[in-house]
This record gives sequence, structure tokens and C-alpha cells, in this order.
Amino acid sequence: MTNAKTSSLTGLKQRRIIGKVAFYVLGLLVAIIVCIPFYWMIITSLKGRGAIMSIPVEWIPKEPTLDAYKKLFAMPEFVGSIFNSFYVSVLCTAVRLLCAAMAAFALTKIPFKGRNAVFGIYVTALMIPSQITFIPLFIIMTNMHLTNSLNAFMLLQLFNAFAIFMMRQKMMTINDAYIEAAVIDGASMWRIFFKIILPMSGSAMATLAILAFMDMWNDYLLPLVLLSDRSKFTLPLLLSTLSGQYKNQYNLTMAGALISIIPILIVYIFAQKYFKEGLTVGGVKG
Amino acid sequence: MKNSRLASWKTALPFLLPSLAGFVVFSIIPMIMQIFVSLTSWDGLSELTLFSDFSGFMDRFYVGIENYKEILTSKEFYQVIGNTLEFVILYIPLMLIASMIVALILNSHVKGVGIFRVLYYIPVITSWVAGALIWKWVLSPEYGAINNILALFGIEGPSWLQSSKWAMPAIVLASVWKDMGYFGLMLMSGLQGINQEYYDAAAIDGAGKIKQFTRITLPLLTPTLFFVLIISLINSFQLFTQIMIMTPDGGPLGSTMVMVERIYKCGFRYYEMGTAAAYSWILFAILLLLTMVQMKLQNKWVNYDD
Repeated sequence: MTNAKTSSLTGLKQRRIIGKVAFYVLGLLVAIIVCIPFYWMIITSLKGRGAIMSIPVEWIPKEPTLDAYKKLFAMPEFVGSIFNSFYVSVLCTAVRLLCAAMAAFALTKIPFKGRNAVFGIYVTALMIPSQITFIPLFIIMTNMHLTNSLNAFMLLQLFNAFAIFMMRQKMMTINDAYIEAAVIDGASMWRIFFKIILPMSGSAMATLAILAFMDMWNDYLLPLVLLSDRSKFTLPLLLSTLSGQYKNQYNLTMAGALISIIPILIVYIFAQKYFKEGLTVGGVKG
Repeated sequence: MKNSRLASWKTALPFLLPSLAGFVVFSIIPMIMQIFVSLTSWDGLSELTLFSDFSGFMDRFYVGIENYKEILTSKEFYQVIGNTLEFVILYIPLMLIASMIVALILNSHVKGVGIFRVLYYIPVITSWVAGALIWKWVLSPEYGAINNILALFGIEGPSWLQSSKWAMPAIVLASVWKDMGYFGLMLMSGLQGINQEYYDAAAIDGAGKIKQFTRITLPLLTPTLFFVLIISLINSFQLFTQIMIMTPDGGPLGSTMVMVERIYKCGFRYYEMGTAAAYSWILFAILLLLTMVQMKLQNKWVNYDD
């Protein structure tokens, strides 16, 4: 009786260990599959022009070199595109955040007539992706003489349905009593907005900021449509033209791809928590 | 009473002004403009006088619903739809399986799973331009990683992006790689919402792991699964960057032509803005339809019991 019990216990333990090992093996396998393309990118970027086309393939570069990186950074438009991408991403993130917070503030804390209607209309805009409106957007921007202007991208951030939606969710959880108290003390609405509401929405703002920065940094369609002057190109746009220009010099494009990933990777590693939150609220984006 | 109403609009307006302006100028006006442009043969090069001389513009370029007719009766459109469906049929099952595996691994509570989570998410945060460039090179028939790995097992890999048969599957592979971390994490949060007691009860009744998965996990995961399915379906109709980078000319024999790629090329390569605008409306109609189907079916299929 006792014997049978202990043997079934060890059996259970064994099965549990086998289960754990199975998960590790599976996890490792998926990790390898995910990493092969990145590994390929890194080693290619460290190869010379001849080595990328050598058969058999060099899985570890025989003569690693930084030539590709040197060549990239010697191109003024490449360095410029990194600057352009940072400029657009940072400013657009700021504009998107501020405007969304302002709209959400009005939609949650100021009881005006037709508030629900305004919100309803804003939410339907969630269904209109830029893949549908980029043609007329190009036409409007051309008419306003705003193509080839990096600052014009900020105008497109005045209204972002997803950001407004998310800020509204957050601000609804802030107790109105804070505002009533401040109104009695004679504070203006702007003061309430900047001194009470914004600080209390910090976590939502952080999540939104990271999502917005990633959006802008990685965007391809709108820069492709709105920018034609090479000196104004953002990094993804320049990378895509490099691959056409230097057709078989994959060490160059891979080095460029790696450089474009690094900033976002750094943000990701230091702000993982916010990425995760962004995912859960991203769920409502549908 | 009336005064206080006015007063609250007055207080609200400054806060709403930026978003309202952006909404009108960059969402509403473009949509309306797109209707008119879609009814014309405007080429995008000659001056657009839609605002200054509306009737003059329409007189000059008006063609009625000719653009829509032309698209819907063209062979190309059905090839585009066929390509998209090919993508959907290959991508969705593969992606669901891959992200389910990711979710199960991440939910397994083994030590060091945090590192896996970080790794699996790196493709998600990578831009599609970088991701597509990497895959284009990984899939190079002679010098790429995939075919050289296949060769180790004695398999001769296809010529991927240069083959009309394999170009779309290649796009699918890259897309599954890019998206499985995102959907995997989504499914994982769905898994975490399932009450552990169900599993305990099932274990006492002697149900094995596989039975627990098919009888408890899958049914209770349907809301999340359904959600992932719809998002990925809608995304499938908006493919663009990976197509443009991996197969800039629409693939061999047009095998990777898709909606947004057509819209872009009609407008900016062939200078047929009217056709491009009409194409956009057709895409919008498809997306609207998908969203409506989602809302309808949600109640039917989805198990919300906790």
C-alpha cells in the first residue's frame, strides 16, 4: 500500500520534471526560430562585400569587418535620416499625447451638451486606417504645400482616436471630487488640467508615449507618400531605398536594419511594463 | 440653465479644438474628397481644383462610377482578392498555432520564461521595413539562411520570392514570425484569465492534459481566440510594407499583388488617382463588412461564461 503510494508519487514527480523539460525544449526551439533571422542580419552586417556571396555560407564571418557601418555613416543622408526619424518621432509623440489628453479631459470632466455624440463620432474613426485615407491625405497636404515637411507630420497627430480613447479610459477613473475642490478654490480649467489631471494620468501617458514613439519610428506608408526629398527621409524610408540602390550589398542594408532596431530595443528593455499594458489596452483597438 | 450649457461648451471648446480640427481636416475632408475623386479620371498631376472650382473640376474629369466598374470587372482585382485569400488561408492557421505555442510556453511558469518573453517580442517591435529586408535576405535562394539550413537536411529549398508559387508563402512566413509574439502575448493573457479550479476539478476526475486542453482551455479561450482571429483578418486586408519591400514589383506574375499595394501604385506609379480612390472605397467596404460580421457572430460563437 505505502509502496504503491510512493511509487505513484515519484511517478508524478517524474512526469512533472518531464513536463518542465518539454517546455524548456519547446521554448528554446521557438527562440531559435525567432532569432535565426536576427543572427543572419548581424553576421551579414559584419561581412565584407565578397563574403556575403560566398558558397558555402559562412555561419561565422571568417574576416569580420565594420566596413558596412563605416560606409553607412559616411553617407550624409543616412545620418540625416536617423536625425529626421528622432525629430519626427519625439515631436509627434508629444503632440499626440497632449492633444489626446486635452480631448479626453473635455470628454470626461467637462459636462457639455453633446459630449457622448462627440465621443461616439471619435470612436468610429478608429475604423478608418491610414491605408484607406492616404490618397486624399496626400492631396490635401500637397494643396497646403506641406509635403516634404517633417513638421507636417505633427498636424496628423492632432487627432488620434486610439489615444483619445485610452486617455478617456484612464481619466474616467479619476475622482471628480478633486476637480470640484479645485474649482471652489478658484483654479482655472487649464490649471486643473495641467496640475491635477495630467499628473494623475501618468501611467497611461507613459504607455501611450511608448506606443506612439514606436508607431512613428517604424512608420513607412505615410513618410513614403508625403516625403520625396531625400534629405527629409526617415530611417525606414531611406533603408527601403538603399536596398534598391545597392541591390546586392546586403551587408549595408543589414547594418542599417540593425541600427534602426536598436533605439526601439533599448526603449523596450527599459520599459517592458508599459509595453505589456499597451498590449492589453491595444486589445480594444480592433 | 441655457447659460450654463453655453458656459460648459465654452469651457470645453479650447480643450477639444486641436482634436476637432485634426478630425475635420485630416479625417472627414479626406473621406469626402475621396468620394469625389473616385468618380473622376483625375491623374494626380494636373491641378486639383476641388476646393476652388468644384464644378469646373468635376466637369473636366467626371466619369461616374466608371472606376468602380473598371476595377470590379478587371481580372487584376480578382487576382488581388485571390492573393489576399491565399495569404489568409496560409497565415491565419499558422499564426494561431504558433501564437498558441508561444502562449502556452509563456504561461508555463518555468524558471527563466521572462527571457523567452523578451526574445519572442523583438520581432513585434522591429519595423516592418527592417523585418522585410531581413527576410528578403534570409530567403535568398542561394545565399540565404533558410535554404542553406534546408540543404543541411538534404532538402532543396524553393526560390521563394522569385517563384510565383512560393512568393506568397514567403510573405506568410515573415508575417507569422513578426506577429506570433504579439498574438501569443494576447492569448497568454486570455489563458491567465481561466480559473485554475477547473483544471483541479478535471484532474481529480482523471482528465489528462490533452483532454484538459480541448475541453477547458480551448472553450474558455474562445473570446480571446475570436478577437485575435478578427484582428488578424482585418490586418490581412491591409498588408503593405512587407509586400512593397520583399516583392517591390508585385511578385512574379503578380502573385503578391494586394489591395493597399494596388492603391499606392495606382496613385503614385500609374497616376490614376481616380482608380486609387475607388480602390480605397472598395477596401473600406470590405473592412466594414468584416467588422459587422464580427459584431454579429460575436454573440453566437463566443463563450463568455466564467
